[in-house]
Amino acid sequence: MEILFAIIIGVLYAAGIYMILRRSLVKLIIGIILLGNGANLLIFLLGRISEGAPPIIPEESKVFLEAYADPVPQALILTAIVISFGLQSFAIILVKRAHKVVKTDDLDEMNATDEDS
Amino acid sequence: MTQQLILYPLLLQLLLSILLMFFWYRINAQRVISILGSILHLGLTIFVFSFIWNNGTQTLQAGSWEAPFGITFIADSLAITLVLLTAIAGLAVSIFSSSAMIPDRLRFGYFPIFHFLLLGLNGAFLTGDIFNLYVWFEIIIISSFVLITLGGEKAQLEGAVKYFTLNFLASMIFLTAIAVLYGLTGSLNMADLAIKVSEIENRALVQITAVLFLIGFGIKAAVFPLYFWLPASYHTPPSAVSAIFGGLLTKVGVYALIRVFSLIFVGDAFLDEILLVIAILTLFSGGVGALVQNNIKKVFSYLIICHIGYMILGLGMFTEVAIAGAIFYLIHDIIVKTNLFMVSGLIYRIKGSSSMRALGGFYSNYPKLSLLIFIPLFSLVGIPPLSGFWPKISLITASFDTQSYWGLAGIIFASFITLVVIAKLWAEVFWKNPGEIPKRKKFDYFHKMGKYRKLGFVVPIVFLSFVSLYIGFGAENIQILSSRVAQELMDKQLYIDAVFNNAQNPK
Repeated sequence: MEILFAIIIGVLYAAGIYMILRRSLVKLIIGIILLGNGANLLIFLLGRISEGAPPIIPEESKVFLEAYADPVPQALILTAIVISFGLQSFAIILVKRAHKVVKTDDLDEMNATDEDS
Repeated sequence: MTQQLILYPLLLQLLLSILLMFFWYRINAQRVISILGSILHLGLTIFVFSFIWNNGTQTLQAGSWEAPFGITFIADSLAITLVLLTAIAGLAVSIFSSSAMIPDRLRFGYFPIFHFLLLGLNGAFLTGDIFNLYVWFEIIIISSFVLITLGGEKAQLEGAVKYFTLNFLASMIFLTAIAVLYGLTGSLNMADLAIKVSEIENRALVQITAVLFLIGFGIKAAVFPLYFWLPASYHTPPSAVSAIFGGLLTKVGVYALIRVFSLIFVGDAFLDEILLVIAILTLFSGGVGALVQNNIKKVFSYLIICHIGYMILGLGMFTEVAIAGAIFYLIHDIIVKTNLFMVSGLIYRIKGSSSMRALGGFYSNYPKLSLLIFIPLFSLVGIPPLSGFWPKISLITASFDTQSYWGLAGIIFASFITLVVIAKLWAEVFWKNPGEIPKRKKFDYFHKMGKYRKLGFVVPIVFLSFVSLYIGFGAENIQILSSRVAQELMDKQLYIDAVFNNAQNPK
């Protein structure tokens, strides 16, 4: 299971970075989404995957005695998903506006900021 | 009561930004609330600062969850100094933007978002939890995305695409680094991490994690190979926005680097070496970049990069003197860079251009303003006794102590280049005979403005110039402050004790 996860995360990171490096603005958005998902899965994996072990303490004991599912990574992922969702929707609007104003979706043609003025 | 004290600056900013949203279309009300709120914030921060100065580091466990399980807020002298500087720069930019921002932009919620940005900055400085730091970073960058695109001009949108992509990438790398660190230690509290990371046997894994943090924060701080987004985007938004970006946003990256590499990944010769090399290359490349630019805002953008090098250099040498120098430089740089971008906005409003070739004759037309602008410009160069001079003494002493002669060369080269660049700028903009700048019909020229709007341009520049002068002439006090910060940073046990002792016996 961990091996499979590791491969999936690797593919997501690689694909995400490849897409960000492309010139097209639409592919930039796809890259951002893939990279965000890859990072979320990475947190999930590194929080140790365990099956059927809820973090509940029996009434008589004070500490965990056996292996248990760590709830913290899930809280982290939830936060990270919300944040990356917000960023992605901003990115889509930004790219749409930029395409409308600059009239190109090729990053190579976005040179106005480097012009001598 | 005293425990919550450190959260008050943060909560006040949150309150302000929410309050401002109720006055969405009423620009005048927003102007008044923003300026009054910023003055209140400055007063409150000075109070909190003096409290921490007298009583030592304060911590707060959010929701009374004991460290390391809950989120810790900690105000040591570094954090509270930066909060104070944020308040000073925030007040200046608030006054400046109430005059300099055109009403069309204000109508789209400039002020609420500006205060959200300040909220994020305060939070990032005060938090003691690495994931919480990530969340504050996101608040900062989301607000900055909105500020940089507000207005939607062509150059702005192009700059924003680049700014967005690189900052998003930095956040993702930062998040990856947090995930790996959590996998290694099972903790997110920075004080707890400081203990646990030093006990890990597999140092190579720790170094890889540290390098991930270095890349993530390095993009935000704009250090050598990762800075290309900065000169492509910082000159595109209105100068009020550039001022807050140039003064504070890159410095958050520097703060995070200082915090993480003085607390969690300490005493690793390999990492210190990397930091030194990066710092020296940043000093060289930023300086050379500034030399060839023509737009004054771009010149200042490259100078930001160049001077980030000083702080990273101090961190890389990692002696008490070096850290004190880096902190002193940080204090000086926040004030001066904020001021310089406001100056560039003032020059643009007066002449209608930011091109050094076209500008000229500023001194003969506006002698008093020129003398005022002289202060931030030559503070940046560090002509003694102005403020940029003092931290360089510490840095040069430290580089002799640690025998990093390349660092020494970098410091001297960057100071020299800064002098050349500023001298060139002074000659071109202030002394040269003016070139032909076509009069723009629909342009809001400075001399056509009313008296109060003019004051809104000049007052913040005067205010920050006085702060700069104080840093220069009262260097002794700032040196005491930065030495104390350096002492606290060098002894990470102080930080750890502050977090855990307070948790065991809450007052």
